[in-house]
Amino acid sequence: MSVLVYAESSEGKFKKVALEATSYGKKVAEQLGTNLVVLTINADETSELNTYGAEKILSVKNDALKSLDAKVIANVIKQASEKEDASVVIIDSSANGLTVAPMVAVSLNAGFASNVVAAPSSTSPFVVKRKAFSNKAFNNTEINTTVKVVGLAKNSFGLHENASSGSTEDFSPSIIESGMTSTSIDKTVGTVTIADADIVVSAGRGLKGPENWGMIEELAEVLGAATACSKPVSDMDWRPHSEHVGQTGKPVSSNLYIAIGISGAIQHLAGINSSKVKVVINTDPEAPFFKAADYGIVGDAFEVVPKLIEKLKSFKANNA
Amino acid sequence: MKVLVCISHVPDTTSKINFTDGDTKFDTNGVQFVINPYDEFALTRAMWFKEKQGASVTVVNVGNATTEPTLRKALAIGADDAIRVNTEATDGFFVAKQLAEVVKNGGYDLVLAGKESIDYNGGMVPAMLASILDFNFSNACVGLEIEGTTATISREIDGGKEILSASLPLVIGGQKGLVEEKDLRIPNMRGIMMARKKPLNVVEPVDFDGTTSSASFEKPAPKGACKMVDADNVDELISLLHNEAKVI
Repeated sequence: MSVLVYAESSEGKFKKVALEATSYGKKVAEQLGTNLVVLTINADETSELNTYGAEKILSVKNDALKSLDAKVIANVIKQASEKEDASVVIIDSSANGLTVAPMVAVSLNAGFASNVVAAPSSTSPFVVKRKAFSNKAFNNTEINTTVKVVGLAKNSFGLHENASSGSTEDFSPSIIESGMTSTSIDKTVGTVTIADADIVVSAGRGLKGPENWGMIEELAEVLGAATACSKPVSDMDWRPHSEHVGQTGKPVSSNLYIAIGISGAIQHLAGINSSKVKVVINTDPEAPFFKAADYGIVGDAFEVVPKLIEKLKSFKANNA
Repeated sequence: MKVLVCISHVPDTTSKINFTDGDTKFDTNGVQFVINPYDEFALTRAMWFKEKQGASVTVVNVGNATTEPTLRKALAIGADDAIRVNTEATDGFFVAKQLAEVVKNGGYDLVLAGKESIDYNGGMVPAMLASILDFNFSNACVGLEIEGTTATISREIDGGKEILSASLPLVIGGQKGLVEEKDLRIPNMRGIMMARKKPLNVVEPVDFDGTTSSASFEKPAPKGACKMVDADNVDELISLLHNEAKVI
């Protein structure tokens, strides 16, 4: 018996969500009194996984797995799971993880809980807490099958170092044929993406026009944050659709979410309220967002944001 | 081309979420149910396949009779017919199994679904369905064109976009971009009248043991009041974020 984590890498490096899934896997393995096995595909350096508790690493190196067809990756995870006799398989909530995990569940005939936010509250029966109703509630879900698949929500369990001296084993699964051909990939480089960001700076109609986004970008740069926007802003094409956060846009579960000139419609809040700390800057003290926020400033963004940038720069300089 | 659009029947976003029976059941009292917002993008895209490429469009829901008004609404928007699998939807795997039967029996070439529903947000049904059927699959789909039996798919990936090509049959987990928000259809009077006469076929479920069960629900701990900081004192905000919230 074992617990298996699929630790996703990008350009050979582990994403934060992969290390979070590993930390979580270690916790579940301890609860079950078993070992943690971590599967990686085309990762350069695997020792980082030991830092977070991996007792055994299965390392797959295969160029055929570079372009991701979820079906192919899911099949590799299935083979690893069977080889290691895994009773729990843990997969992160990156865009790829979200696609792969349900397929793994089907191929292992396993019960699957996604968006899980905490370690199992009980292992027999196996009960995990997951998000429901667009973050307005949680559901405690019991997984009844012998093999269980858990999809871990981003930024929910956190990183926990737990050094172990694990071995790394080369693993050569058979690769099934893909029915999909990737013809082009267009990735922004050099900027922080909303999915990966610890801090997100988001602005809405209160900014009055796309020409005023300079200060938002500057604030994001000072904080090492990603930029985002409300739905009306992307509908008016002030900002690209890829920046739209909220329900039907991108979900945000960052450590810090700063909303500037966004009133806080319920659809917007549904997409961002799993962020840990929320700051609102708005001229209207009655804006509904203040009810959902941790810190608020009633004021004009055009006065507050430049001041905030200036003060943050000196704060960063003093705390570097 | 035969298109199947999966429709989830979900509480409207503005609904108050409450639970009954010792927090084990969702309280539907006073809750307005709607077509899952993500499925609306899929449905409108399907209508374009119908109008421009002569596709037939069937909508399907796995649920009891209370979901029929939602299916009628999809018919009013323009779907040709509807199927309801007559059972309580217990979890994503169960729903995917039921939908797979519908797809096999109906011989659909293209299955469009929203990438997740806004009630359980599991995001599992489309991928599970593709997996059970061994169809090609793309999640987070923001663009779809079909020529003959070849699909060109645009999907969101972490930090960007990818263009893929795949042959039918195909399952899509869709979202905004499949069509834009302004393109979304709402039923008009004529559509609503016509929908009354369109077939809504009720089929019985296939046996499948539940793989998960809901033990209980809980609500997040009530949030403390928002700490207000004076607009002239952004230093205080920085100090709070650094010392108290520890996020910068």
